[in-house]
Amino acid sequence: MFGIAMRGGVHPETKKDLTAERSIIRQLPLPKRLYLPLSQHAGIESRPQVQVGDRVLKGQLVARSGGPLSANLHAPTSGTVVAIEPIVAPHPSGLPAVAIVIESDGEDQWMVLPTLDDPLALSPDDLADKVEAAGIVGMGGAIFPAAVKLRQGRRFEIKTLIINGSECEPYLTCDDRLMQERAEAIIDGARMIRHIIEAFEVIIAIEDNKPDATAALKKAAAPFGKIEVRNVPTQYPMGSAKQLIQAVTGKEVPAGGRSNDIGVLVHNVGTVYAIHEALRLGRPLISRIVTVSGGCVQSPHNVEALIGTPVRDIIQACGGLSATPARLLMGGPMMGQIIPSIDSPVIKGCTGVLALTRQEVNEHVPSPCIRCGRCVDACPMGLVPLEMAKHAKADDFDNAQQYGLRDCILCGSCAYVCPSHIPLVQFFEYAKGELKERRNSEHKQEYTKRLTEQRNERIEREKAAKLAAKKAKKKKSSRTSQPKASEPTASEPAASAQEESAGS
Amino acid sequence: MNAISESVHRAAPYAHDRSSVDRIMLQVCLALTPATLFGFYLFGLPAMLTFASICLAAIGTESICLLLQGQSLSRLRDASALLTGWLLAMSMPPWCPWWLCLGAGFFAIAIGKQLYGGIGQNVFNPAMLARVALLISFPVQMTTWVQVTPLGSEQAPGLLQSLAIFFGQQSIPDGYTGATLLGAAKAAANGGSAISELVAGNYSLTQSFLGNTLGSLGETSELLILLGGLWLLRRRIISWHIPLAMLGSTLLLSGLFYMVSHEQYLSPWYHLTSGGVMLGAFFIATDYVTSPSSTAGKLIFGAGCGLVMYVIRAWGGFPEAVGFAVLFMNALTPLIDRVVKPRAYGRDQRGNPIKNVSARKAS
Repeated sequence: MFGIAMRGGVHPETKKDLTAERSIIRQLPLPKRLYLPLSQHAGIESRPQVQVGDRVLKGQLVARSGGPLSANLHAPTSGTVVAIEPIVAPHPSGLPAVAIVIESDGEDQWMVLPTLDDPLALSPDDLADKVEAAGIVGMGGAIFPAAVKLRQGRRFEIKTLIINGSECEPYLTCDDRLMQERAEAIIDGARMIRHIIEAFEVIIAIEDNKPDATAALKKAAAPFGKIEVRNVPTQYPMGSAKQLIQAVTGKEVPAGGRSNDIGVLVHNVGTVYAIHEALRLGRPLISRIVTVSGGCVQSPHNVEALIGTPVRDIIQACGGLSATPARLLMGGPMMGQIIPSIDSPVIKGCTGVLALTRQEVNEHVPSPCIRCGRCVDACPMGLVPLEMAKHAKADDFDNAQQYGLRDCILCGSCAYVCPSHIPLVQFFEYAKGELKERRNSEHKQEYTKRLTEQRNERIEREKAAKLAAKKAKKKKSSRTSQPKASEPTASEPAASAQEESAGS
Repeated sequence: MNAISESVHRAAPYAHDRSSVDRIMLQVCLALTPATLFGFYLFGLPAMLTFASICLAAIGTESICLLLQGQSLSRLRDASALLTGWLLAMSMPPWCPWWLCLGAGFFAIAIGKQLYGGIGQNVFNPAMLARVALLISFPVQMTTWVQVTPLGSEQAPGLLQSLAIFFGQQSIPDGYTGATLLGAAKAAANGGSAISELVAGNYSLTQSFLGNTLGSLGETSELLILLGGLWLLRRRIISWHIPLAMLGSTLLLSGLFYMVSHEQYLSPWYHLTSGGVMLGAFFIATDYVTSPSSTAGKLIFGAGCGLVMYVIRAWGGFPEAVGFAVLFMNALTPLIDRVVKPRAYGRDQRGNPIKNVSARKAS
C-alpha cells in the first residue's frame, strides 16, 4: 500500500481477538481506596497539595506539577485523603514510591466544573495551559506531558499532525475500542490539537487489522476537512512515533532530533481523547481505558478504570484469574513492564494489564549467540543488535553506542526473534543506564571543577583587591608624608577598576 | 562481568516467535537429507559408514569438549555438532577409511569450533576447516573418487567388503576410481590439451546437474541440493543474498573467461553443476557464525566466495576450491561486519544524522 513502510519489524501473534469484539466495561465498582503515585509522568514527582485528613472532590487537584516534565494529579473520586506514603508502585524495580491514598466516600461527587467557552475560539496558548492543568500525559505509555509537546510543536511549522491509532502491541485493544466507541470525541480532540499547533493536516493512522475503528473514525471525520483516516500495515513496532512517521510521511526523523524538526507531531488517540475531555468538558485526567487480557484472565475485557484503582480490582471486574500467571504485566508484552504486586495501582500510562501463561511468554534459558542475524533483519532502526549486545556485555559501551545503542528504541523486536533467547533488551537497558550514570558523573565532575575554578578565581580576586586597597592606603599615607611620589597613581585606579568589573 | 542477572528478572519482551537454535539446525539437516540419501544410493554401504562415523566423531568430540569445560551435555541438543559433521561428511570422498573419518570429525569440532570457545565463537567454518586441513595433509585419500556403484547394482560392495574397505583391510580396486570433471579439466589445462574436447567426449551437463557422477559423498546432485536450499530460503532459515551472490559471481567470471577461450576454460554451466559450489552456496557459505550479518555484507561475502573459488579452479593448484574460498572469506568476515553496517534510521550511511531543513519557526 505504501512506497515506504517500516524497515524490519516483526509480526507477533496479535491476540487482540480476546478483547477486540467486547465493549468497554464502563461501570467498575468504586474501589475502596485509590492510590495515586506522585510520579506518573516523565519528569520529577509532583508536589502534594492536600494533607492527610482533607476531604477531596472528584476532579480536584491533589498534587501540582513539580517541574518542566512533571504533571498535575487529580482526585479520581470524592473521599478523604487517608495517607501520603510509600506504596509498591507499578515499576519493575518494585521499589516503593510515594503515593496519595484516597479513601472513597462512595458518592463519586464531582467538584464544580468550570463553564466552558468554545475551545476553538480560545487562543492556542490558553488551550495548552488548560491541557497542562488537566494533568494529561502521553497515554500510549510514553507518559510525556502533552502540554509540553504541544508548546514545543508551536515553535515549529507543523505540517502534519499524526494521531497514532496503530496500537501495534499484541493483546492491547484499548485504543481500538476507544476509536470504535468514541470516534466523535477523538475527532473533536484532534481538531483542538490542530488548532493549538496550527497544523496544516491531520492524519489518523490505524493498523489495517482494525477495520471497525477505521470505519468509525472515517465516519466521524467526514464533516471536517483535512482530517484523513489512513491505514498502515500491521507490523510491530508501527506504534513507535519514528516508525509511524516513516510509514505515513516517508520521512525519517534525524538522529538526535525530534519529529518537530521535520514538521510532524504525533499524539496517541488516548491522549487526544483526554484532551477532548479536558477542553470540551473541563474534566481533568482521572480515568483511562485499560485492556485486561492474557491467558490467565477469566473474561478478558477493556475497562474504563479510575487512575489509582488497584490492579486486583480491575482483574476482578474481568472475572478474576483462572490460573497463576507466569508474568503479570503493565502494558503490552513487547515493551510492557512487570507489575511487582497485584495491589499496585493503575497509572496514567497503563495501556493494559496482562496476566500471561508460561506458554504465552515462552521464556527459555539463553544460549550463546549463533550470529544468525535475525535481530539485524528485525531491527526497525537499522541497528546491529547482536554486536550491541556483545559489546554491552563486555562493558564496552563506546562500541555498543557505535553499533547503534544510541539510536535503540528498546522495542524488543530483536529479542522477540532471537532463537538463542538472549535477553537483548536487558543488555541495552543496562548499557543505557550505565551510560546515563557515566554522563551524570561527568556533569558532576565538570560542575565541581567549575565551582573550584570559580572559587579560586574569587580568592585571587579578593587577594588582588586587598593588595590594591593596601597599596592605595599606603599611597594615601605616603602622599601625605611624601608629596613627590604622586606620578604612578595614574595607572593604579585603572587597574583596580578592572578588577572590580571582572568581579561583578 | 557486569551486573545483569539473566534469570531473575528479565526485561521485555515477554513474547517470542518460538524459534530456537535446535529447530534451525535440524531444519538445515532436513534440507540436506535428499542429497544425502542420493549419495548413499550412488556410493553404497561404504558411504553410509563414512557418513555415520564422521557424524558420530563430531558429536563425540563435542561431548568430550563440553564435559572438559564443565558444561551440560544438554548443549548437544542444539544439534550444531550433528550439522557440522553432516556437512563435512557430504563434502568428503564417499569411501573414506575409518581414521580419516574420525580425524575429520574431531578436527572440525575440537580445532574448528571448541578451541575458539564453542558455538558462535569460531572464525572459520568448522567443516571446511577440517576438509581443507585433511586435503592438504592426506591429498591421496582426500581425492580418491570412486565410480558410481548404485545400491543393488552388481558393482556395489556388500557388507563385508564395505567393512573391509572402511577399516582399510582392502584397498579400493583401481577400476573403481576415476577423476572428477573438475580434476580432469585441471589436468587437461595443465597438460595443454583443450578442455572443450575433454568435456565433449566424456561428460554430460544433465548428469552433472542430476548428480549421477562421481564426486564427494553428498555434493554430486546439484538438483537435490538446490531444492534443499530453496526450501531453506522459503523457511527463512537462510536469506538469498549469499547464495545468489556466490552463484552469480561464479557464473559471471566463468562465463567471461569461457567467452575468451573455450579451449582453456570450462563452461560456466559445468562450473555451476560440478563440485561443491551448490552445497557451498546454500549450506556452507550461509553458515551464520562465520558470515556477515548485514545484507550488504552478505552480498560482498557471497561474491567473494565465488571469486576466490573461480580463481583457484581456473588458475590455482587445486581443481576444486569451495573450501578455500569459504575459509578465505570467513577470515574477512569480521572486517566486513565492521565496515559494512546497515544504515541506521535517521542517519546517513556514514552514521551522521541526516540533514533536513528544520521546520523551526523564526522567532
